[in-house]
Amino acid sequence: MIITIASGKGGTGKTTVSTSLALSLEQKVCLVDCDVEEPNAHIFFNIQESGKEIVNTFVPFVEKEKCNLCGACEDLCQFNAIAKIGKSVMVFPEMCHSCKGCMMVCEQDAIKEADRELGVIEHAQIDNIELVFGKLRVGEPMSPPLIKRVKKKIKSAGINIIDAPPGTSCPAISAMRDSDFVVLVTEPTPFGLNDLILAVEVVRLLKIPFGIVINRCDAGDNRTKKYAEKQGIPILLELADKRKIAEAYSRGEPVVHAMPEMKKEFNDLYHRIVNSKLKNVN
Amino acid sequence: MKELVIISGKGGTGKTSLTASFACLAHNAIIIDADVDAADLHLILKPEILKQEEFSGGSKANIDKNVCTKCSACIEVCNFDAVTDDFVIDAVECEGCKLCFEFCPENAVKFSRQICGEWYISDSRAGTMIHAKLGIAQENSGMLVSLLRREAQKAARQKGIPLIITDGPPGTGCPVIASVTGADAVLIITEPTLSGMHDMKRVKELTDLLKIPAMFCINKYDINTEITEEIQEFGSEHGLKFLGNIPYDSDLTKAMLAQKSLVEFSDNDTAKAVKDIWKNAGNFLAGLKDRLM
Repeated sequence: MIITIASGKGGTGKTTVSTSLALSLEQKVCLVDCDVEEPNAHIFFNIQESGKEIVNTFVPFVEKEKCNLCGACEDLCQFNAIAKIGKSVMVFPEMCHSCKGCMMVCEQDAIKEADRELGVIEHAQIDNIELVFGKLRVGEPMSPPLIKRVKKKIKSAGINIIDAPPGTSCPAISAMRDSDFVVLVTEPTPFGLNDLILAVEVVRLLKIPFGIVINRCDAGDNRTKKYAEKQGIPILLELADKRKIAEAYSRGEPVVHAMPEMKKEFNDLYHRIVNSKLKNVN
Repeated sequence: MKELVIISGKGGTGKTSLTASFACLAHNAIIIDADVDAADLHLILKPEILKQEEFSGGSKANIDKNVCTKCSACIEVCNFDAVTDDFVIDAVECEGCKLCFEFCPENAVKFSRQICGEWYISDSRAGTMIHAKLGIAQENSGMLVSLLRREAQKAARQKGIPLIITDGPPGTGCPVIASVTGADAVLIITEPTLSGMHDMKRVKELTDLLKIPAMFCINKYDINTEITEEIQEFGSEHGLKFLGNIPYDSDLTKAMLAQKSLVEFSDNDTAKAVKDIWKNAGNFLAGLKDRLM
């Protein structure tokens, strides 16, 4: 089963929920941090040893001797990543979406495969948790290709928990896709609610069963609860606004270590997710 | 004219709240909300839309069932698994590379521009606001951000407005790069958590790479004063201009609930801290050369 922890607004508690959930379960868990622009889950684990692999993507390389400057590659490219400038063809690697079309339309066979680094994928084992996370190379604009590569590490069996990036556009969607259940973490503020409503639209479009977690539930107003009730969205968990939680988070200590009594709440969250999934609420 | 962009790396550290206060403190600025897929600034500034336009990003493919002979040429060329086994284009996966269109022997593929969202020029109590709404599950947020910046620059030139303040998106990817590239300065707002510091270091790396002068401030600094000190040290060692600390204050949430910026809502020490940060940012900007535009 794949459970994705997402949110429209950033900083609502996705990483707190995903790490706490992973640490509260007895079973083997694969925790997958797909917030590759700013991965934070690993901060909450004492990692002794980790494996690392560099992830690359295709970009074209033009062999000048073979190129007859016909311009077919430039005509096809939808991303302005390759262009005839004067008497040579230039490649703009950061614009390239790796469709390989330029290579396919080149009749001179002048385009070869080269690499652009997307970032790295790291993995570590901490007790019953296998942690996998991607780190986008700083300066790399596109995160979805790396997110997709990180997700390839997911095993079909067992429990997989994905920590998604914030927002409602391509990075968040790449993380959520093919999940069995999405947990939307929100806070009861006007910003939290506005972005929750957008995120709900996305999850509905993707047709994935979902529920919400209200973090700092006593810090705002009751409009989020009213919205959830009206829309028939299950509220899976409410977390109080406690300074002790904020302080543990600040020093990279998992909330369920600082407050072991909270393990039960996250265990209950897991069971509510399983039950909601069976009911297929969407 | 100068462009100041507020970013954070980590989400939820207070970019929009700070931008709202800055917008109200600046008496002559254009405000951009560049967090186009989860825009919130309009909830505080309540802009009145003067002009509304569609944003068309890239194009996407579509297969005409009546013409398709199911030869699979499209499936073979697509590098994004966007063609399903029943020869339907999955609009979410389609990157718009046009290969299926080019290689379909039956000309069964249509390739057309997509409306990805809307953008607006508005009037607000803090002045002109340029903002947008990306459609649900749409892409090209970077392109939309670049468009907003071009429109803001145009408006600033026409009206002789000396400053553009941008509420940036979280992260380090394409919308962030589109928000900050070529700007005069960025202000990184962070929080004293290991996550906040980790993410701030990454955006600092990005602003270095793009050669943009950067300043920073720390929100909720009293949640963990040790990490606050560590962040300040990192800043001074890495040529980041420190602007000030903002205490943890429930008035920030209360101001949001009242649909006001903090400096409109309160006169307390937190509001004073924000005003100091605004003043310090102004001094930093004044020391930078004006760009020719």
